[in-house]
Amino acid sequence: MKTTDTPPADTTEERPAVAKVDAAGGPSRKATEGQTLNVFSHGMLVLWAFMVVMPLLWAVMTSFKDDKSIFTSPWALPDTLHFDNWSRAWTEAHMSDYFLNTVIVVGFSLVGTMLLGSMAAYVLARFEFPGNRFIYFLFIGGMSFPIILALVPLFYVMQNMSLLNTLPGLILVYIAYSLPFTVFFMTAFFRTLPTSVAEAAFVDGASHTRTFFQVMLPMAKPGLISISIFNFLGQWNQYMLPTVLNTEQEDKVLTQGLVQLAVSQGYKGDWSGLFAGLVMAMLPVLAAYVVFQRQVVAGLTAGALK
Amino acid sequence: MQHGKYRFIVGFLTVPLAIYGLFVIWPFIQSIFYSFTDWSGLSPEFEMVGFKNFTRMLDDEVFWKSLQHSVMFVVLLPLVTLTLALFFAFMLNVGGRRRKNAAIAGVRGSSFYKVVYFFPQVLSIAIVALLFQFAYNPNSGALNSGLKAVGLDGVQPDWLGDPDLALWCVFAVLVWCTVGFFVVLFSAGMASIPKDYYEAALLDGANRMTTFFKITLPLLWDTVQSGWAYMGILALGAESFAVVQIMTVGPNGGGPDYSTTVLPLYVYQKAFRDGQAAYATTIGVALLIVTLLFVAVVMRMGRRERLEY
Repeated sequence: MKTTDTPPADTTEERPAVAKVDAAGGPSRKATEGQTLNVFSHGMLVLWAFMVVMPLLWAVMTSFKDDKSIFTSPWALPDTLHFDNWSRAWTEAHMSDYFLNTVIVVGFSLVGTMLLGSMAAYVLARFEFPGNRFIYFLFIGGMSFPIILALVPLFYVMQNMSLLNTLPGLILVYIAYSLPFTVFFMTAFFRTLPTSVAEAAFVDGASHTRTFFQVMLPMAKPGLISISIFNFLGQWNQYMLPTVLNTEQEDKVLTQGLVQLAVSQGYKGDWSGLFAGLVMAMLPVLAAYVVFQRQVVAGLTAGALK
Repeated sequence: MQHGKYRFIVGFLTVPLAIYGLFVIWPFIQSIFYSFTDWSGLSPEFEMVGFKNFTRMLDDEVFWKSLQHSVMFVVLLPLVTLTLALFFAFMLNVGGRRRKNAAIAGVRGSSFYKVVYFFPQVLSIAIVALLFQFAYNPNSGALNSGLKAVGLDGVQPDWLGDPDLALWCVFAVLVWCTVGFFVVLFSAGMASIPKDYYEAALLDGANRMTTFFKITLPLLWDTVQSGWAYMGILALGAESFAVVQIMTVGPNGGGPDYSTTVLPLYVYQKAFRDGQAAYATTIGVALLIVTLLFVAVVMRMGRRERLEY
C-alpha cells in the first residue's frame, strides 16, 4: 500500500554513474541473471509481434490473389499479382465513393470539433461564472455513458429534423460525441498555460475573442495537435454512429461500406475484391501512423496519462 | 478582464452546448423517460406503462445472456489485456539484460516492438472484425488451413459457428486490438519512473519479479487504473457492439443460439430490427447501470497516496 516506502536512492554512495541508453557496446558480457527468463520473455515478445503482423500481411497477400486460390490455398503466395482486384474494388464496389464520403464527414467534423471544443474548454478553464462546474461535468459525463442508449431516441430526433441519413447530420453527431473528451482534454491544457500573456494582450486592447484566436490558440498548439489526432482516428474509424444514423447507400462511410461489401460478397463471391477494399482502407492509416508515429502515440496516450 | 466577460462566455458556449445538448444530453434524458412507456418507435404515439418493461426484461432470457456476456467482457477483458500489456511493457523497459553502467534496460529492439504492437490501435474496429471473420472461416480461413498445414487435420473447429467457442473468438479479437495501446501507454509511464529506484533495489538484491511488484506496479497504479476504466467502457460499448455485430452469424449478429450477443447489440436489435424502441431503451438503462457500477468500482479500487517524483 505504502508507495512512499520506496527507498530514496540518493543516499547510496557507490551509485554507479548512470549511463543512459548509450550502452551501444553490444550485449553485456555477463548475462548472469535469468537467462532462461530472458529467452522466454523475448520469445513472448516476438510471438506477439508475429500475431499482430500476420493477419495484416495475410490480408495484403490475399488482396492480390484470385478468388479460387483464396479458398484452395489461403497461405500460399499469389501466383501473379492481381491488381485488377484493386481497381474493381475502387470502382465497382464503390470504395471511391466511401472514401470521398468519409473524407467529407471527417474533414468537417474534425474542424468543427476542434473549434467548438476548444472554445468551450477555454471558457470553462479560464472564466469563473455561475454554472461553470455544472457545464464542465455535463460534458465530462458524456465520456462514460453508453452511447447506444442515446442512439435510440436520437434516431427519431434526427428524423424529425430531417437530418437522418444526411452527411451534415452525421457531421453534427460526430462533433457532439467528440466534444466530451475534447473539452476534458483541452480544459486541462488551457489551465496549464500561463495567464500573464492573455492578460497582457487584453491590457493592450485586444477583445476576449481576439485574445483567444490570436494568442491562446497558437499557444495551445501542442494540445490541439494531440487531440486532433485522437479525434481524427476516432471519427475516421467510427462504426456504430453511421450504422445507426446513416443508412442511405450513397452516403455510406468507409467502415459501413466495407461491412456491406462483405455481406453482399457472400452472394456475389468477389472475395478478392473485398480484401482489396479492406487493405485499401487499412494502408493509408497505417502508413500515416508509421510516418507520424511519435505524434500519433502522443495524441492517443495523452488523455489517459493526464 | 471583466469588460464584456459574460457576453463572451455566452457567445463561446452557446453553440457547443446547443449541439451537445441536442444530440447527446436530450436523447439520454428521453431514453430514460421512454423506458417507462410502450413506444414502438414506428409511430409517435405511446402510453406510460410504469415498470412493465423492466419486469419483462427480468424474464427475458436473451437479456440475461447479453448481460452475462457483457459482464464477462467488462471483468475479463481489462484483466487479460492489462496483464498482457504490463508484462510486455515491463519487458520492453526493464526486462533486458543488464548492461555495463546501466541498472536497467529494455530488451533489444524495444522501439520496434512498440511500433508494431500499436498497429491495431489505428485500424477501425470494423476492419479488424471483418479481417478476423475471414481468418476464422472454418472451411478456408487462415486459422484452419494453418492448422492443416502443420498436420492438425483433425483439429478443425467451427470457431464462430460453435456456440461454445464463438464468444471466446470475439474476446480474442478484442484483446488483439487493445493490448498494443496499453503497452505503449504503460511504457511511457514506466519510462518516467526514475532509474535510481531500480538501481537501489537491485543493489539490495531484488530480482526482477520483486522490482515489478514493489516498484513498477505501485508507481504505475494511477495509469493502470485509468486504463482499467477506459478498457471497461470499451468492453461495454461501441467496440463490443461492432465486433459482435460484424463477426458473428445469425440475424444481424449475435451468434449461434445468442451465444455472443452483448447488451449494446441487443439494444440495437430491439430498437432497429424489432421496432420495440421503448423496450430497447429499458435494456439501455440496464447497460447504463452496469457501466456506472463498473466505473464506481474502478474508482474505489485502491485509492492510493500519490508519490511525486
